[in-house]
Amino acid sequence: MNRTMKFGMVITLVVGTLAWLAIGGTTESASYFKTIPEVEKMSQADKAKKLRVGGIVEPGTITRNGNTVNFVLKEGDWKMKITYASNEPLPDTFKDGSQALIDGRMGDGVFHATKIAAKCASKYEAKPGQNYKGTASYEKKS
Amino acid sequence: MENIGALAIMLAFCLAIYSVVASLVGAWKKKPFLIASGERAVIAVFGLIVIATGILIYALVTSDFRYAYVAAHSNRDMPFYYKISSWWGGQEGSLLLWNFLLGAYAFVVVLQNKRKHRAMMPYVVATLMSTQVFFLILNVFPASPFQMLAQGKNIVEVQDGNGLNPLLQYWTMLIHPPVLYLGYVGFVVPFAFALGSLITRQPGDQWIFTTRRWALVTWFFQSTGILLGAGWSYAVLGWGGYWVWDPVENVSFLPWLTSTAYLHSVMMQEKKGMMKVWNIVLVAATFFLCIFGTFMTRSGIVASVHAFASSNIGTYFLVFLTMGIAFTIYMILGRLDYLKSESELESVVSRESSFLFNNLILLASCFATLWGTLFPVISEAVTGEKVSVDAPWFNRINIPIGLFLLFLTGVGPLLAWRRASSEGLRRNFQWPFVGMLALMGGLFAAGIHHIYALMTFGLCLFVTMTIAQEFWKGASAIAKKEATNVLSGMIELTHRNTRRYGGYLVHMGIVVMFIGFAGAAFNKDSTVEVEQGKSFQLGRYDLKVTSVNNGQTDNYVWQNAVIEASVDGKPYATLHPERRIYSQSQQPVGAVAIHRRLNEDLYINFAALSSEAQKPIVQVYIFPLVTWIWIGFWVLTVGTLVCLVPSKVKMTYARTEVVGMAGKHEKVAK
Repeated sequence: MNRTMKFGMVITLVVGTLAWLAIGGTTESASYFKTIPEVEKMSQADKAKKLRVGGIVEPGTITRNGNTVNFVLKEGDWKMKITYASNEPLPDTFKDGSQALIDGRMGDGVFHATKIAAKCASKYEAKPGQNYKGTASYEKKS
Repeated sequence: MENIGALAIMLAFCLAIYSVVASLVGAWKKKPFLIASGERAVIAVFGLIVIATGILIYALVTSDFRYAYVAAHSNRDMPFYYKISSWWGGQEGSLLLWNFLLGAYAFVVVLQNKRKHRAMMPYVVATLMSTQVFFLILNVFPASPFQMLAQGKNIVEVQDGNGLNPLLQYWTMLIHPPVLYLGYVGFVVPFAFALGSLITRQPGDQWIFTTRRWALVTWFFQSTGILLGAGWSYAVLGWGGYWVWDPVENVSFLPWLTSTAYLHSVMMQEKKGMMKVWNIVLVAATFFLCIFGTFMTRSGIVASVHAFASSNIGTYFLVFLTMGIAFTIYMILGRLDYLKSESELESVVSRESSFLFNNLILLASCFATLWGTLFPVISEAVTGEKVSVDAPWFNRINIPIGLFLLFLTGVGPLLAWRRASSEGLRRNFQWPFVGMLALMGGLFAAGIHHIYALMTFGLCLFVTMTIAQEFWKGASAIAKKEATNVLSGMIELTHRNTRRYGGYLVHMGIVVMFIGFAGAAFNKDSTVEVEQGKSFQLGRYDLKVTSVNNGQTDNYVWQNAVIEASVDGKPYATLHPERRIYSQSQQPVGAVAIHRRLNEDLYINFAALSSEAQKPIVQVYIFPLVTWIWIGFWVLTVGTLVCLVPSKVKMTYARTEVVGMAGKHEKVAK
């Protein structure tokens, strides 16, 4: 076997293994970005997929007992009940009215969250001229 | 004042454009005075940026809330050092920091090269200043730090500002952004020299010798910046994650991967005249990934847990990146003749091929990480559906890559150039290999069955033994010859070839970090709602919440839980995890309590009081071996410093001066 062949084989082996890992992993860990109304309209089979839903935490709905946190996420008039039971603490930015991105799955009409990211960044990015205090405008990042 | 600041930025912008034009025209028309004035303009640009920065810092320190930036990122009661760090607490300021550092680097380059590299310098200056022009555009137009708060036509002042994001009020965050930026911005210099060398068709590797130190120092800043970020994330965000493959983390990791690849493959060019095109590609890739990283963190095109606002500056970055990359590719393709390799690969088991695989695997990791980070964007473009991949996906690919790299770390430096003999392999690797198997067997018998953790520990010992062997062999030879002890032999050895032995120390630092990473396989956690006075258990710890207290400082109000930990009935530690609400931003923030030890950290977060029973909810974690990550960093630091000490014996790179095989091969003309 000549040199080029040998190198070719080793490189193919390495790259091939990684590609295999990458592709196999994608089906397993992919989560789909959906809005609340989209989730409502989904078929049962699609609802079983891992989803990532964005929205605003409805003020006054956060309750926590034991290691479970419940709240309502809303987008416009659409609402969704979320339950979160994990040893990973919620981010500090998670509070009434903050914008949240939630990973998890639907089950029994409640969304079971596995990861919650939240931000209220608009507060720190007030535009001049506007009353920057209090009027947090939720900048949507698509 | 604010007008002077804005004017200074504007003038710097004009002068930077002038500098680019003067340098290029000067080089083209061969007018030394134009080239010289282009270089002086660099100094003026830096001076102006210093003035602008000074004014912004003065406004921050004196709490001048007429400035929109100051009002948004500072408040009166914040400690002095956080007021200064508000400089990079927001978009406008952090871009000004970019400009400041870039200006400083360009200033140093001009001073260092007053007499050197005369042919290349105009192009080096032009490259540096083009980048500067781009970042100044951002500070002049869409993101000026000197905007005033106004109502109608009057400038107004607010009573107090919003304050720096409380999450950023932590010591590593004081230095993380500037350090990371030092690394990001720093790579513009090797890139500028590479481009200058391409344009002027320099024969040889002049640009590599000139920028070797730059590359190493900026690489070190990148490493430090990344680890400071990891340390911050671990100690502040509350769940002890130092790395979660968040987009913002990923983009800081990408240029580190390519610059690490560059630091290795550059040795191939120095010693064998190989991989010339590749090295230029790596330097360029690192530079553009640094810009890309800034773009990602600043534009928010991929949702991130880091609270950065989305903004409209993304387009500017895309235009700059496209133009820069297109020009670089054009230059490389046009100069391929000058970049011919002087020798070729001979064997799969050789030093050369270990470098090749090191590069392949680093780039694979870089590509995979980039792919995963951009997956929402890519999938939306291809299928119309936005799909993201999470941390397990990244781990799935990067853990095997990390292990393979660790293996190469042990094997690569000991392989002979050109072709390794089986005798040499046996001599070098026999004992490390036996050690590795023995350790893995022992750990397995002791009940550790996590396959990746076992492999990591085994490989760590393997690499440690190969490195120790190298030091020992060299040091005892010197000790015998000079009749001294082995320790001074070791110092002498290192001093003779600092790059090689410093490099080994850096490798050792990475090994120690891997020990810390492997600890993550044994993390334990628990969330409990407990009454005061009641205790609960995690691992070997008995934990009792003794009290919940409240208090207040100038900057925030706080509530903490006092938790006593005991092991086997003996008191072990008392921890005070705390929750704070910062007065200006009304932002609640947790301050975790960590009891750090070499074997494991006990880590407690006080989540909240429960809604109904008003009992404290605490999250407790045990993180084995995490401290070794930070120790590994210090080893890496020492290693890098050793690399920077000039070698006592000047290495002349006769291209076939091969360790252990001298004289066997004919010399290749340089």
